[in-house]
This record gives sequence, structure tokens and C-alpha cells, in this order.
Amino acid sequence: MARMTMIEAIRDAMDVMMARDERVVVFGEDVGYFGGVFRCTAGLQQKYGKTRCFDAPINEAGIVGAAIGMASYGLHPCIEIQFADYMYPAYDQIVSEAARLRYRSNGEFTCPLVVRMPTGGGIFGGQTHSQSPEALFTHVSGLKTVVPSNPHDAKGLLIAAIEDPDPVIFLEPKRLYNGPFDGHHDRPITPWSKHDLGEVPNGHYTLPLGKASIVREGAAVTVLAYGTMVYVAQAAAAETGVDAEIIDLRTLLPLDMETIVASVKKTGRCVVVHEATLTSGFGAELASLVQEACFFQLEAPIARVTGWDTPYPHAQEWDYFPGPARVGRALVETLEA
Amino acid sequence: MTTDAPLSLHVPEPAVRPGGTPDFSNVKIPKAGAVPRPNIDVDPESIRDLAFSIIRVLNRNGEAVGPWAGLLSDEELVEGMRHMMTLRTFDARMLIAQRQGKTSFYMQHLGEEAISCAFRRALSRGDMNFPTYRQAGLLIADGYPMVDMMCQIYSNARDPLKGRQLPVMYSSKEHGFFTISGNLATQYIQAVGWAMASAIRRDTKIAAAWIGDGSTAESDFHAALVFASTYKAPVVLNIVNNQWAISTFQGIARGGSGTFAARGLGFGIPSLRVDGNDYLAVYAVAKWAIERARRNLGPTLVEYVTYRAGAHSTSDDPSAYRPKTESDAWPLGDPIMRLKNHLIVRGVWSEERHKQAEAEILDTVIAAQKEAESYGTLHAGGKPSARDMFDGVYAEMPPHLRRQRQQAGV
Repeated sequence: MARMTMIEAIRDAMDVMMARDERVVVFGEDVGYFGGVFRCTAGLQQKYGKTRCFDAPINEAGIVGAAIGMASYGLHPCIEIQFADYMYPAYDQIVSEAARLRYRSNGEFTCPLVVRMPTGGGIFGGQTHSQSPEALFTHVSGLKTVVPSNPHDAKGLLIAAIEDPDPVIFLEPKRLYNGPFDGHHDRPITPWSKHDLGEVPNGHYTLPLGKASIVREGAAVTVLAYGTMVYVAQAAAAETGVDAEIIDLRTLLPLDMETIVASVKKTGRCVVVHEATLTSGFGAELASLVQEACFFQLEAPIARVTGWDTPYPHAQEWDYFPGPARVGRALVETLEA
Repeated sequence: MTTDAPLSLHVPEPAVRPGGTPDFSNVKIPKAGAVPRPNIDVDPESIRDLAFSIIRVLNRNGEAVGPWAGLLSDEELVEGMRHMMTLRTFDARMLIAQRQGKTSFYMQHLGEEAISCAFRRALSRGDMNFPTYRQAGLLIADGYPMVDMMCQIYSNARDPLKGRQLPVMYSSKEHGFFTISGNLATQYIQAVGWAMASAIRRDTKIAAAWIGDGSTAESDFHAALVFASTYKAPVVLNIVNNQWAISTFQGIARGGSGTFAARGLGFGIPSLRVDGNDYLAVYAVAKWAIERARRNLGPTLVEYVTYRAGAHSTSDDPSAYRPKTESDAWPLGDPIMRLKNHLIVRGVWSEERHKQAEAEILDTVIAAQKEAESYGTLHAGGKPSARDMFDGVYAEMPPHLRRQRQQAGV
């Protein structure tokens, strides 16, 4: 075991896999010599050489398109899009190509590819460094979408993603890179070295894609969250005193419906939280699935707490961000409904 | 107050529209044999002019001349002839089948047969093409069973792709034919990635990318050129310039550039233009480019100058946007007629042999068609099961798809 930040855990996952499997290659913008703008690939080029970890031209469609060609050849590329906000030029490659190779070729060609992208706000990144586009991926058949919330999970999930035979979108909440963040931006930062989930096992281990984790057991209301919102939800529960059962989904697709349904059937209430915009967000899917499976156990309408349907603003970051006060209000209202 | 004259927008137009007299005087055609054949390790800077010329081997008398000639034996040329004739016959039969409602859609190669048929001959087993929908000659010339192609077109019970793909979007790993997307240009950069992977693994295989003149306007084309140039990927970047992108003439994609081949020059990629209706020239240039890739000398860009003699697809009517006689006026002729003349000049072919070959090939294609139709056509007979629809989205079916398959009752 070692204490790691999420950055170090992600790097360790790639390190472990590059050492175990020569087919694993890592590339992206600023990823090679420099080691990535968030340092997730630092040292990998020095350790594995320039043909295993290298810098790419600033062309996201090219990065993903080339990686698809490599994956179809038989490599296992684990590529970085510098910010999830930069992914749009590559969207056609992800949706029409990576996600469909297996299906349209009846299994002749496959795409074992991981696309890592820092996601979410909370770093004063403005419109182009703060978005959470997960719903654009969960809407696409053929993709798996993962959002880890801590170093321990990030490493296990990333290794599982690299070993997965299908394309995996791996969204890394950048506000969690250096420590858990509960939305109280005006308070001192807790580093991962002071948090249990900063304990990361050495070497190879995996967490299955499609398995959620209950981070707080409770009886009053189920909170469905992922990424940064896992900590915001915990703060909200603590501050309101609501006995919430908080589920960290970890993988959005495939989704762990078993854990979700068991919890909502127990609590009879459900609040869905995410940082992404509201309309057609992943929360809409969650709310729909929960009411389909748990309608007769529900004692209150399912609430959603999300980012507003605006571009992610710069100066108004904390008005936009669904912090513990808003989540707490939703918890209380759901209990009173 | 400005004294400048108002600006005006330039929108290019083809030389002629329906009703006009076809005019290809803008296509400058050098004499066969006139373009030199550089060594494969040539400095790209020293052959920039090859991007503005046209490499040709067959002259008007049907003779193979110049430095790009002399690479193929009589037997190989006769076989190449049969490949092109087979592809043309296959197309004709499938067009009729589409008109008879046996499939939804078809795309033919009329006039472009030499390009994919000759290119395939220059590749080795294990190399990978990333084709568009007009390179079925890569399959025909590699011996892929026509019955399987037809079953795919008919989306029948034996469709190798289980009815999931639009007709002609074949896939065959064994025959070095990457699953066709149907989206344009996306696969150009994938070919570069595949080639990079081969180099990363210190393999000896190379990749071939395919694109049409119109789709070179896509960003993915430029991504491919950047990556191929930067990493010196072992890839041949093919552009089939058949003059028309559905109804849009090639000038809309080409813009102010003299040729499509010239797109490669800014990337330092050796860029050649070749007569796409000349089987021998296509083969010679393909071989040159493939050898460069194989010797780790990096990418080559090849523009095949040809003409789409038929409609874009069965959903297209070219008489709405170009003169009906334009095809006859195309100055580079017909690839089958030209190779036929050459074979006759060589003394290995005759009118009788040609007719005989046509009859034999037609019989073979009809036999394949009968067999394929015995497994069903789009609306009659056997077809892939609805259950198949849910398979293969992922290696392992996730719970939500299992639930949906249950709901569908299949």
C-alpha cells in the first residue's frame, strides 16, 4: 500500500499496465516528454520509451482516430484528451467508429481503447475547462463510461478499463486530482494523504466496471452521485443531519442497477446529483430508471440537483456548482415531501 | 467612408452543366511514359512536380511505355483483366438486383475498376486497407468469395455481418479489408494509426488509406496527413479523384489547390498523381508507394485521376447535374478497354477470348448470385434474427441490453 494522489494512482495504473502488457501505449497532447498538463503520465516516456508514450499533434480527432486504428491492429491504447471540453472534434471518431467497430464487423475488428479525460469544474477553468460531458457518452451504444472518485478506485478502474475488450471513456474529476472536495471552496483543502481512499494497493488490481460503491449507509434517502459530487453529498448529509445512503456509481454504463434498486427500495426516497447541466443529463436517465424499478416504494418525487442549464461560467463558478447547500436543501425537501 | 469596392464571394462551378458540351480541356494529360520513376528513397522535395503531372504507362496504341512499365507478366495482366471484368459484371448484376427490390441500396465502380483491382495486387498478406465503399476490387482481386459479398448486400441469413450494415459496407480481416464505416474520411486517420501500431510493434505490415476527392475536405483527412507526416507511418494515402462527390464537382473540395496530390506537399509527403484508368500505371505507383512504406521510408500520397462513369449510388441520378455524355468525353478512357487493347497488342488476348471471358465471368457471377439468393434477399427468404441485433454491441452483453432483448421478445 502507498499513499497516493489521484494523479499518482492514475499514473500508477498506466505504469503497471505498460510493464505487464507491451500492447499498452499512451499518447496525447503534452503527454510524452512533459508528462501531461496534470502530470498523469509523468515519467512514463522515460521508463517505456518514445514509442510507448509520446506527444501527439493538437488534433483530438486525429488522436482518437489513430488510437482506433492502433486498437484494431491489436494494441491497447490508453490516450489522453487534455480536457473533456476538447473532446468534441473527436466525437465522430468515438461515436461512429470506436463504439461500433465490433458491432458492424460482427466481431472481426474490435476497439480495446481507453480515452482518459479530466472532467468537471471547480478550478476556475471557465467554459472550456470545466464541462462534464458524460451524458454524451452514456447515450452511445457500444461505449462504457467510468467516473472514479478517489485514488484507490481510479487505479483499479483504470486497470480494468485498459484490460476491457471494448472502448471505455474514463472521466477523471479534475477537482479531485489532489484531494477530496466537498464543495466548500472557501475552506482549507484536504489532501489525499489525509484520506483513507488515498491508500492505494501496490501492483495490479482491478475494480469491476459496472459495480457501484455505497460510501455512506443510511435509511432516510438514497443519493445517487459520482465524481466530485460524492463528497458534496457526504457534506450535505453531515450538515443537514439527514441519514442519507450515498451511492458512488463509479461506472455510469454499465450501471449497477442492483445496488441502486436495493437502496431505493429500502429508503423510499431518491436524490440524484451531478455537476453536468440538468436537461437530458445522466440524472434524467437515473430518475427514470429508479421510478421504473421502484415506483411503488417511492414516498417522494425523485429530486435532481445539478449544474444549471448554462455554459459553465467563470466568475460565477460557485453559483453554478451544485454545492452542499443545494444538495442539503434537496435532501430535506425530499424527506418533507 | 470607405472607398474600397465591395467584396464578392467566389463559388466555383464545373466547366459544364447538363445540356452543355463536355469539356475536359482543364485536365492536362502528359504522354504515357513521360513521367520519370524516382528511387523510392528519393528526397520528397525533389519530386514535387509529380504531384502536378499524371503517371501513365499505356499509350494510345495500347503499348506499355516508359520507366513505370514492365512490372507485370502476361499471366498477371490477364488475371488483372479478369478481376476488373468480374467486378464490372458483379456490379451490373447487383444494380439490377437492387432495382428488383432484392436489396435497398447499391454502389457500383463503373470506370474505376483498375484502381482497387491493381492496388490489391501490390499488397502482401497481412497488410490492411481502410477502404471506402468503392474499392470492392480489393476483395475481388484477393479471392474473397462473391457469394459472401452478395449475402452481405442482401442482408440475408448468411450475411457475414448479420444484417447490421448497409449493403456494400463489407468487412474481412482475413483479406485485409477493414470494416467500412460509411461515414466519410474517418478511416483515413485510422489507417495511419494502424500503420503506427505496426511500426510500434516492429512488424512488417503496412496500411493503405482510401478516400474520395470530395472527402479530402474533411478534417480527418488533414489529421491523417499530420500524423502520417509526423510519425513517418508506413501507410499509403490513396485519394480516388473520380471528379464527382455525388453532385458536387471536385473543385469544391480542391479549392485553390492545383491538384489533390498537392495536399501532401505541405506535409513533406511524397505525392504522386497517376492515371487511375491505367491498370499498369496504378500497379506501378502502388508498388512504389507500398515499397516505400515497407522499407520504413514513410507515407506516400497517391491521387488516382479517374471518372465516376456511373451514378454515385442507386439513390443518385447524375443527369441532374452533369452532361449525360460527359463520361464518353473523359479523356483517360475506360480501364477495361485499355487493358484489353494492351493485352491484344501483347498477343495474349483477342476479341474472341474477351467475349469468352465475359461469358464465363457472367456464368460465375450468376451462379454466385443464385447461391446467395437461396439464402434470402432483403425482403424474402432467410434473414438474420432479431436476436442478432442485440449481440456484439459489447464483448459481453451488459444487463441493460439483456433486459431490452427480453422486452423485445427475441
